[in-house]
Amino acid sequence: MSNKDLTNKDIYERICKIVAPFNQKDVSLFPATSFANDLDFDSLTVMDLVAAIEDEFDIVLPLNMLPDLETIQQLSDAVEKIIKR
Amino acid sequence: MDLLDKFDPLIAERARMGDSQPDPLNIVMDEMLSATEAMIGGRKIILAGTNNYMGMTFDPDAIEAAKDALDAFGTGTTGSRILNGTYQGHKALEQALMDFYGMDHAMVFTTGYQANLGMISTLAGRGDYVIIDADSHASIYDACAMGNADVLRFRHNSVEDLEKRLKRLPAESAKLVVLEGIYSMLGDRAPLRELIAVAKAAGAQVLVDEAHSMGFCGETGRGVAQELGVEDQVDFIVGTFSKSVGTVGGFCLSNHPKFEVLRFACRPYMFTASLPPSVVASAISSIRSLKNAHNKRAHLWGNVERLHGGLKKLGFNLGTESVESPIVAVCLETQDQLFGMCRALLLEGVYVNVARPPATPTGLYLLRCSLGAGHSADQVDRILEAFKAAAHTLQLPLNEKLRAASASENAKAPQARDAAVATG
Ligand SMILES: Cc1ncc(COP(=O)(O)O)c(C=O)c1O
Repeated sequence: MSNKDLTNKDIYERICKIVAPFNQKDVSLFPATSFANDLDFDSLTVMDLVAAIEDEFDIVLPLNMLPDLETIQQLSDAVEKIIKR
Repeated sequence: MDLLDKFDPLIAERARMGDSQPDPLNIVMDEMLSATEAMIGGRKIILAGTNNYMGMTFDPDAIEAAKDALDAFGTGTTGSRILNGTYQGHKALEQALMDFYGMDHAMVFTTGYQANLGMISTLAGRGDYVIIDADSHASIYDACAMGNADVLRFRHNSVEDLEKRLKRLPAESAKLVVLEGIYSMLGDRAPLRELIAVAKAAGAQVLVDEAHSMGFCGETGRGVAQELGVEDQVDFIVGTFSKSVGTVGGFCLSNHPKFEVLRFACRPYMFTASLPPSVVASAISSIRSLKNAHNKRAHLWGNVERLHGGLKKLGFNLGTESVESPIVAVCLETQDQLFGMCRALLLEGVYVNVARPPATPTGLYLLRCSLGAGHSADQVDRILEAFKAAAHTLQLPLNEKLRAASASENAKAPQARDAAVATG
């Protein structure tokens, strides 16, 4: 299955798997979970997470997009858009 | 809601820290005795964390030149480089840089921070890509935030990671890869030859910040690119006068035929006042003398070997396995250890920098020492003694492996039980 066939839900689930090792406080993950407020990620952690996501989906996710990507759902939507571009 | 409410956690932290004196983040140099010693809180302190790599802050020629310029040109330019702030001195300084680096064009900025901010944000615009090392200096990150390019970050010093990320980018788009010769926190070097090779293979242009390598790396002190013989592959060199040159200011050099246009496009160059004439004059004097400062370079590297080897022997965990730069970073595990050690060192008569996340890579707490050509071997020994005593005071757990090694050394000479044992 090529990445282009992934549904938004597939992407969301794969992102949750990638987030897991960064989630040191074991916060439950939901679409509306916020990286900064709920997960307490600092900017360096978020950038490491972005690198892992780029590698998982073989995409380019520029750091300048990050201010608009506060929650796991927003990040999933952005990844989906990049994949299907 | 007050605008400053968001800083309440920081205010609380600062208040906590201020409780124990001396406060490492509130150091005041009351008097400068030389390039390597100051009076701090009534104590004479050896400065082992000032980036004064070539000991130029009290260079007699630089001081003389600055005094003459003060008398002849006044205290400041009161204007931007593109309006009334370019004096003959600024042009002479740019020429001195071109001579030093053997390059065709030079632009002098008011600080190195502004040089990065300006160059990176101006070179890479909308639709272009900037690719930076994860451990890049704040000025490089801030340049990315200021510009309109898409920003990518690769794993620190990883040629493979850089290559992988470059391969995902459209072949036709313009790309700027930003590297540093030496990274300021751990003092480690970039494998410039390999990194530049993959950047060039992907059609990227390359900017190298030599802030922490100018003066003492390479045959004539141009930096790591010179030392590795890859200068012809570097499109833009950025640097600062605030370290080896011993004053303040920043610069960028290039052989690009269109480089001069940047004077009219680069906002951190255009919208700030230029360097004062005295600073310009001392920078010219120091840059000219750095080229042939072979003895100073040799002395500096001798100092660093002595400090690095000595700290390692005491059982400290260092940022680099062997000497890579005049920066020797002692890695600690907690903020309490960091500030405790810094305080204890001050009481022993030594100042070093404290560095902590997020300024440091991967959550490291660093006591960052930097030596200069101005330090004597005796001062280096006193720094080592201070480390030993401070670690003892703090009961600092030193590196297990090294401790075992030095314990067996101690077994051979039982009278010489040192900090490695005392802190166990
Ligand atoms: C890598 C690097 N680039 C640039 C700068 C900025 O230099 P300046 O002190 O001239 O603003 C520094 C120093 O803080 C640095 O470490």
